[in-house]
Amino acid sequence: MAEPLATEPKSVHTTAPHVEVRGLSIRFPVGRSGFWGGTTRYVHAVDEVSFSIGRGETLGLVGESGSGKTTIGRAVLRRIEPSAGTISFRGDDITTTKGKQLRELRRHMQLVFQDPYASLNPRKTVLELVAEPLIVHGLALNPKDAREQVADLLHRCGLPADTVDRYPHAFSGGQRQRIGIARALALRPEFIVADEPVSALDVSVRAQVVNLLQDLQQELALTYLFIAHDLSVVRHISHRIAILYAGRMVEIAPTHAVYDNPMHPYTEALLSSVPIPDPPLQRERRRIVLTGEIPNPVDPPPGCRFQTRCPLVHDRCHGETPKLEEKQPDHLVACFAR
Amino acid sequence: MNSVNAAPSLANPAEKEAPLLEVDHLEVQFFTRRGTVQAVRQVSFSIERGETLGVVGESGSGKSVMAQTLLGLTELPGRITGGDVRWKGESLVHDASATLARVRGNEIAMIFQDPMTSLNPVFTIGTQISEVLRRHLGHTRKQALVRAAELLDLVGIANAAARVKQYPHELSGGMRQRVLIAMALACEPELLVADEPTTALDVTIQAQILDLIGDLQRELSLTVLLITHDLGVVAGLCNRVAVMYSGKLVELASADDLYANPAHPYSAGLLRSTPRLDVVMPRLVSIEGTPPDMISPPPGCPFAARCDLAVTECLEEMPGLHTYPDGRKVACWRAFEVGRG
Repeated sequence: MAEPLATEPKSVHTTAPHVEVRGLSIRFPVGRSGFWGGTTRYVHAVDEVSFSIGRGETLGLVGESGSGKTTIGRAVLRRIEPSAGTISFRGDDITTTKGKQLRELRRHMQLVFQDPYASLNPRKTVLELVAEPLIVHGLALNPKDAREQVADLLHRCGLPADTVDRYPHAFSGGQRQRIGIARALALRPEFIVADEPVSALDVSVRAQVVNLLQDLQQELALTYLFIAHDLSVVRHISHRIAILYAGRMVEIAPTHAVYDNPMHPYTEALLSSVPIPDPPLQRERRRIVLTGEIPNPVDPPPGCRFQTRCPLVHDRCHGETPKLEEKQPDHLVACFAR
Repeated sequence: MNSVNAAPSLANPAEKEAPLLEVDHLEVQFFTRRGTVQAVRQVSFSIERGETLGVVGESGSGKSVMAQTLLGLTELPGRITGGDVRWKGESLVHDASATLARVRGNEIAMIFQDPMTSLNPVFTIGTQISEVLRRHLGHTRKQALVRAAELLDLVGIANAAARVKQYPHELSGGMRQRVLIAMALACEPELLVADEPTTALDVTIQAQILDLIGDLQRELSLTVLLITHDLGVVAGLCNRVAVMYSGKLVELASADDLYANPAHPYSAGLLRSTPRLDVVMPRLVSIEGTPPDMISPPPGCPFAARCDLAVTECLEEMPGLHTYPDGRKVACWRAFEVGRG
C-alpha cells in the first residue's frame, strides 16, 4: 500500500527516500589520443551527482542542453551504466542488479519520452503499443484481458475508447503523448522518469498533459523525476527542484525556495532569462544576461564548471570545486560566493 | 495609451508614409495527396517602418508559411493561391522574380529556427557571409572578408578576425545563430524576418539573442517581423502582435493591449495556458480539444469547437477581421466578451 500522497514538500522529505542517487558520475569515451592512441578521452557527462526523491514526490531536474539531465534519468532507470556512484530504489542498492531481477525491477520504474512522434512505432496499433509491456512481463492473461487493461489505461489517460485499433499517425502530438503515458503506466510502476514530456507540445496542449501527469500522481501515488528545461512548467509540477550545470548539480531545494530565493548565480541567471508574458513587466525586468560559453565537457576546467560565465567568479573558483552544502534548511547550493 | 512608450523607435506617425510591407488577403494552399491544405487563409496586415511585429501561433497556424511568402520561399506542393504581398508598393507575388532577386537577402533578410542546419558545413563562416556581400553589393573577396569580420563583431562575436576562418561545427548553437544574424544584416536590410529565432536555443542563450535583436533594431532602425509560438519572447520585444489560428489572423493589437486585455477567446486562452514563471497556479489552464483539420476546415470560426463563448453563429459563419475604435483588429463574433461574466 502506498503511503499517503504528500502535497507539501516538507512532509515528503521526512519519509524514507523512494529513489536515491549517491555520487553518480557518468563518462562516455569519445576517442583516443596519445602517440599510439593509448589514452582514451572521456566526456564527463555527469559528475558526482546526489539526490533523493520521496515516495509520491516530484523532483524537477532542470538544466540546459548538455547538462546531463537526460543521462541522469537513464542511469536511474539502469539504462546507462554509471562510472561511479550508487542508485537505490525502495532502499535497495540496484546499481549492479542483473538479469531476471533487473527485469523485475524495470516493471516498477518506467520512462515517458520527450518526442511523441519518434517514440511510438508507426506500424503498431495503439493496442499493440500499450499491450506490449503487459505481454513481455506476463501481466496479461489472454488477448481479451490485455484489451481490457489497455482500454482502461487509455481511458485513464483521457483518450476515447475507439483509440485502441488505430495507428499513431491518426493522433495529434498531445494525444500521442497520452498514449506514451498509458504505455508507461501499463505495468503499474511506482516511479516514472518523465524526460521533457511536454517540450514538443504546443502551449495549449502542454497544460493538458501536465495536468494529466498531476492527476495520475494523485490517483496512483506515483513518484516522478521530471526532466525539463522549461522553468515555468517545472514550477507547477515539482515539489523540489534540482538545477544542473554542465554535469554537476549546483542547487537543490523545495520549489518555492528555488523561485523566491535562488542562491546559485546560475539559477539566478536562468530564472531571469525566462521571458514573462507581460510586456510592461518584461521591459522593466532586471535580467542577468550571461556571457561566455559552456565549458567543453571533454576537458572541463578544474574548479567550478560555471566559472567561465559566472558574474561572481573569484580566484578560489578556478582551482577548487565547490561542494553541495546546506546553506539554508533543505536548500543545498554548490557555490563559494554564497 | 502607453503603447507610445512601448514604441520609442516607431516612425513619426505624422509622416503618413505607405507601409513598408503589406500583406493583402493572402492565401496559401498545399496540394497534397490527401487534399488541399488551406495553410494561410485571407490574411491581411501591414508593417510600418521601424516597428517590431510579433506573429504568434501554435504549430499549423500558418505563421511560418506566411513568412515564407514574403521572400518568395513558398515551395511546392505549396502555392500562393490568392492575395498579394507588397513591398513598398511592389508585388512580391505576381511576376516577381526580378523584384525578389533584388529584394531578397538585400532589403528583406530572414533568419531561421535551426542554426544547426541553416549553415553549410563545408564552407567557413567568412565564406558564407562573403557570398551575400559579393552577390548583392559587388564586394571583392578581400573586401567581403573584412566586412564579414566587422559584421561578426557587430553581433557580439569576440575575436571576429579568427572566427571568419572557422567552420560551423566549431561554433555553439548560440554562436551559429549570431552568424546567421550577421549574414542577414550583411546588406543592411530594412526588414528582418525572424522565424522562431530562439526556439532551438537554451534559455540563457535565448536571452542573449533576443537582447541582440532588440539592440540591432534600435541601432540600425531595423523593422522586425518576429515569428514565434512563445508569448514570453514577444512580450519583451514587440510593439504589435498578430495572433494566428488555423491559417487565419484572429487578432492584431498593440502588445500591451493584447496581454492586458485579449479580445479574441483564442488569444485569451493562449495567454491563460502559458505558465508564468512569476505566478504560482494550483493547476495549469489548458484549451480543451485540438485545432481543426486544415484540409476541410469548418465553415464557421475555426476556434468555435474549442471556444467557451461559441454560439450558433460562430459555427456557421466565419467572422471577418473587424477594426475596433481602439485600433485593434479582431475576427470574432463575440470579441471583447472574454472574461466578462
